[in-house]
Amino acid sequence: MKNFTSLSEIRESIHSGSTSCQSLVDYYLERIDKHKDLNIYIEVFTDEAISRAKKVDEKLQAGTAGRLAGMVIALKDNICFEGHKVSASSKILEGFESLYSATVVERLLKEDAIIIGRVNCDEFAMGSANETSTYGPVKNPCDPKTVAGGSSGGSAAAVAADLCQVALGSDTGGSIRQPAAFCGVIGMKPTYARVSRFGLIAYASSFDQIGPLAKSIEDAALVTEIIAGVDPNDSTSSSVPVTPYSEAKIPSGKKKIAYLKEYIESPGLNPEIKENFLKLISDLKAQGHIVEEQKFPYLDVIVPSYYVLTTAEASSNLARFDGAHYGYRSPNAHDIESTYKLSRTEGFGEEVKRRIMLGTFVLSSGYYDAYYTKAQRVRRLIQDRTEEVLKNYDFILMPTTPSTAFEIGVKNEDPTVVYLEDIYTVHANLAGIPAISLPLWKSSENMPIGVQLMAASFKEEELFSFSKLLMNSKN
Amino acid sequence: MKVDDKLVEHLAHLSRLEFDDVSKEKMKFDFEKILDFVAKLDEVDTKGVEPLVYMSAETNVLREDKVKGEVSQKDALQNAPKKDTDYIRIPKVIKN
Repeated sequence: MKNFTSLSEIRESIHSGSTSCQSLVDYYLERIDKHKDLNIYIEVFTDEAISRAKKVDEKLQAGTAGRLAGMVIALKDNICFEGHKVSASSKILEGFESLYSATVVERLLKEDAIIIGRVNCDEFAMGSANETSTYGPVKNPCDPKTVAGGSSGGSAAAVAADLCQVALGSDTGGSIRQPAAFCGVIGMKPTYARVSRFGLIAYASSFDQIGPLAKSIEDAALVTEIIAGVDPNDSTSSSVPVTPYSEAKIPSGKKKIAYLKEYIESPGLNPEIKENFLKLISDLKAQGHIVEEQKFPYLDVIVPSYYVLTTAEASSNLARFDGAHYGYRSPNAHDIESTYKLSRTEGFGEEVKRRIMLGTFVLSSGYYDAYYTKAQRVRRLIQDRTEEVLKNYDFILMPTTPSTAFEIGVKNEDPTVVYLEDIYTVHANLAGIPAISLPLWKSSENMPIGVQLMAASFKEEELFSFSKLLMNSKN
Repeated sequence: MKVDDKLVEHLAHLSRLEFDDVSKEKMKFDFEKILDFVAKLDEVDTKGVEPLVYMSAETNVLREDKVKGEVSQKDALQNAPKKDTDYIRIPKVIKN
């Protein structure tokens, strides 16, 4: 079986009779089994995927198949699927089975996608290396000694290793884009409120967005188009109409692109990534696009404001895990207080507890204004300045990550070192704008490097369109 | 900012978490590092800047006042760590 780049290739192949959904599913099941050592899949829905493939094949024959017929999809382990386990890669949700499906899952199934399993991630999506998972780290298919990135590490690795066609991830501060960059695939975070969060296990509700990881812009655009749109079950979801992203064409005109001075001059940026980035800028200029430097004076407070706000929201969201109603309960619990305290202490991992503690601190009496409200004010400044730049420019371009995938286990000592991994990606979540990571380059050690393109809110179509141009320049 | 045992214990109680002596030391160490890291926020002048609270532009999203999407008793019990026929069981709340 060939490694298909896009669903349209698969559909052609099915149409010509050289493959079928059933043989595709068999192919993926075999590969998933063969690559078990990468620790990507937590659970494979084998029988269900096989029987569904058969049904979709029949629909294709009958000409009644949906738009995603032939697409085999993996779900990050924080997206609910009715009747299936979901754990956010946490011990506290061990054995938990979802009573309903996330809106995104409903929409995928309605278009005849085949969901093949759930994949590993950082515990409650908190991490940048997929090392906080209760199931252990995901290995990067490009070099198994290195991390796959996080928190959607399993999603990125599954696509990179061709263990599915597309995977869904969630992105709170870069959790789709950073692992996409580390594993050499495309990762798209839509505008905040573009995609319903109903059925996504919450981390930080004013940041979280679900999006696809894919091998082609075509697939990423199609999946985004299908999962996007207003949802009565998520009152924050936007009523702005969804345009046909999947029809986005390479733009014919010239575009105005900004890059941010402080980001490129950051001492933490790997020289090889910087060199590739500067070369891209000069290539785009040579093609007639306007590419200009803009100032962004808030780089130093991007990650601090992100951590204050997301931990505050997390401490509140994770209060629901009480050991009483569902999930893990400590066998040592002997009264209500110890049910809460022991279940949570034994059920949550170290990073999650650290973030709950920090969030509790910034929301506690005496510190609330100095930390939480302060960070909300800084968030306003960041959003204002970003929107100001995007009034004058179509896009902002920057590297996705300051470095390529690092070795498993090396960055564990000081938590703030790992936090800086997110320096280029948290910007889009703070401002609420869409951003995509494109696997444009390889390092001298043959590891993938991503570039990130950001646009104004709800400019997904423009983002996909220019992404096609950038991906073409790679070939 | 100096983080002492008292602060960690206070926050742990608010968070309904417990830390033994070893993990308390680690938490103090991490906390100081993280607080130094976020202290950068003080350097930004935010005088007159309104806090950004809502990220969605949707306002007053209303719906019909109809009962829907309720979870049945059977379903609600499904994931309970301990249950009997009708109820979720928890350890005794009121002490003798």
